[in-house]
Amino acid sequence: MKSHYSDPTGSQLIERRTFCVLVDNEPGVLARISGMFSGRGYNIESLTVSETEHEAHLSRITVVTSGTPSVLNQIEAQLDRLVPVHKVVNLSAKSAIERELALVKVAQSGPDRSEHRMEALRLATAFGAKTVDATLNSFIFELSGPYEDVERFINLMAAIGLVEVSRTGAAAIARGGEGL
Amino acid sequence: MSEPKKTETMTGAEMIVRAMQDQDVAHVFGYPGGAVLPIYDALFQQNSVEHILVRHEQGAVHSAEGYARSSGKVGVVLVTSGPGATNAVTGLTDALLDSIPLVCFTGQVPTHLIGSDAFQECDTVGITRHCTKHNYLVKRIEDLPRIIHEAFYVARSGRPGPVVIDVPKDVQFASGVYTGPDKVEHKSYRPKVDGDIARIEAALALITKAKKPVFYTGGGIINAGPEASRLLREFARLTGFPVTSTLMGLGAFPANNPQWLGMLGMHGTYEANLAMHDCDVMINLGARFDDRITGRLDAFSPNSKKIHVDIDPSSINKTVKVDIGIVGDCARVLAEMLRLWKEKAYAVDAAALKGWWGEINKWRAKNSLGYLNSKEIIKPQYAIERLYALTKERNTYVTTEVGQHQMWAAQHFHFDEPNRWMTSGGLGTMGYGLPAAIGVQKAHPDALVIDIAGEASILMNMQEMSTAAQYRLPVKVFILNNEYMGMVRQWQELLHGGRYSESYSQALPDFVKLAEAYHAKGIRCDDPAKLDAAILEMIDYPGPVIFDCLVAKEENCLPMIPSGKAHNEMILPDFTGAIGDVIDAKGKQLV
Repeated sequence: MKSHYSDPTGSQLIERRTFCVLVDNEPGVLARISGMFSGRGYNIESLTVSETEHEAHLSRITVVTSGTPSVLNQIEAQLDRLVPVHKVVNLSAKSAIERELALVKVAQSGPDRSEHRMEALRLATAFGAKTVDATLNSFIFELSGPYEDVERFINLMAAIGLVEVSRTGAAAIARGGEGL
Repeated sequence: MSEPKKTETMTGAEMIVRAMQDQDVAHVFGYPGGAVLPIYDALFQQNSVEHILVRHEQGAVHSAEGYARSSGKVGVVLVTSGPGATNAVTGLTDALLDSIPLVCFTGQVPTHLIGSDAFQECDTVGITRHCTKHNYLVKRIEDLPRIIHEAFYVARSGRPGPVVIDVPKDVQFASGVYTGPDKVEHKSYRPKVDGDIARIEAALALITKAKKPVFYTGGGIINAGPEASRLLREFARLTGFPVTSTLMGLGAFPANNPQWLGMLGMHGTYEANLAMHDCDVMINLGARFDDRITGRLDAFSPNSKKIHVDIDPSSINKTVKVDIGIVGDCARVLAEMLRLWKEKAYAVDAAALKGWWGEINKWRAKNSLGYLNSKEIIKPQYAIERLYALTKERNTYVTTEVGQHQMWAAQHFHFDEPNRWMTSGGLGTMGYGLPAAIGVQKAHPDALVIDIAGEASILMNMQEMSTAAQYRLPVKVFILNNEYMGMVRQWQELLHGGRYSESYSQALPDFVKLAEAYHAKGIRCDDPAKLDAAILEMIDYPGPVIFDCLVAKEENCLPMIPSGKAHNEMILPDFTGAIGDVIDAKGKQLV
């Protein structure tokens, strides 16, 4: 509940939720979605967007957000009332596959260099990450997986020599044969 | 325009005017400028759409709002790029918050100059994205006719609201093929208008068992059209339940009906607020649990089951958790409720209802709208009462500005029909009333249109008197002049120890002379004994009038739910303590 008059000691817990939003790919539609979030004070944890049906000019937006259940329900309703929005689906309520791609740059220096290099490669193998670039003292790994796996991988690399990370944010799709 | 037409080629400017004709637009409120000259040229060459030249673009939007709210039609605005568009922003936001259907055309610099900081360029769609229901930038002439017809559809469908169409000047000059409204269907926007039957049944089950019910109605009833008001009256008659309404819903239920409790909320009646607080079943029809209605949320109607009918799904469970939410148009849902009520021969708990009315009548006996009248000085409440008494037999429409006078008007001017009361509820825009009255008068040329104003608010859009003069619109501006921004002063008394920082209306104009300067009539009155005669003189004058009614200066608008308090903690007119001691530190932080 959001109001000037609400009791701030609300007992609802904060949850993460993934929404899939099907929109007309018209100019400004992304600003409309992100502006609704900022204007109403909601969080965006990640947001990905791309045209997925070129003939119909439809784009699919996957937005990961967090809040209390009542705030999350309000976000769903607010998304749904935007004029260019065709459909909003709460993927967290379904069994859904969620994947994120990360490019992780790791560099080693100092006396333990070769040991760190070996460890980085071992961890990459364990996580199923691809090595997409290598120099004598650095790697770039490409990892795709659920949010939690990417988080764990990045945290481990931080101990070895993390330089920078580029993440796409989540793409998600419901399991089974049915479409949206 | 029902005959099938051959393909017609015309310029973008001509398409805009043609689309207005096809959408049955009779009046456009606007102001010309460089980026809309082609459209003004197209308007010049036809006679079916009349343009009303305002004196400021904010006035154009408020006029269109008054026009729309009093007629049920979509209001149309035409302004130029840059400052024309930015001046319209307050009006657009006002229309968004009060769900008023508008289509606003804005001129834009030619497409090849967009983004170059050209003269009178602004990012109109960027600026208005947050204050419209939807907006468009038309980049190609091929899209223009479709976008215009979509815009009218979006503005009036579902929860109504303002839509902006930004048209670059080269698109206005370009020529293309026009398509009519019948060929346009929106791709994604399909608001749900019929309520879910199972939920309607569940609501009726609650209603039949209710022991202390109340109808809490809002602007959604007005927006659903006169049929919704008729159905509400029928349902209220069948059930015998008490009815209260928000500021935006006044007139949907007749104030002369014994089941009417008066307005609820911060300045609502004692009986309306206590009925809300103590009820066991609340039936919210087209209202949105605004903070001015609920007061302290955790103490809001603690023991009731709540039914909420609203066309906007996001209104349901937004601030107040309800037991039965029904998404749909109020008229459709009420019709379905009534059909089932009659078909299944439902009945109410008459014995319990009798006891409930007994309680309500005790609250009513407190006479919470009472005030101490005076023979020496005009009390603002008395002025509104006399204005109502002397106009109620006429075909009267009322607009207001924002502040104490607005609340006194809501309390003491009574409405028996919908669409008669135009006020800025959600945004609270000072300066709304005069341009809105101009729009109302344009829609109802033979009606008596009164803007109940304060001396501070009226100065915010005073320039529109010139519009009234130009079009010979006989609007009556009735100023309750207490030489204060009265509501600001009242809150300073409540919250800030009576330190009246900047709330005194210093160096006021002579309103009688000001009226004369605008080719209108000026009347001043400060004597209760002469008030009736002066009001009659105002009504009988065939042109615009500014009535400067000098009233008691430090009168507070009561009753009042102080901020941070619950419905059963109202300050009543017989309150004798120090009003500054009522609100605690936490309440002071609330607006």
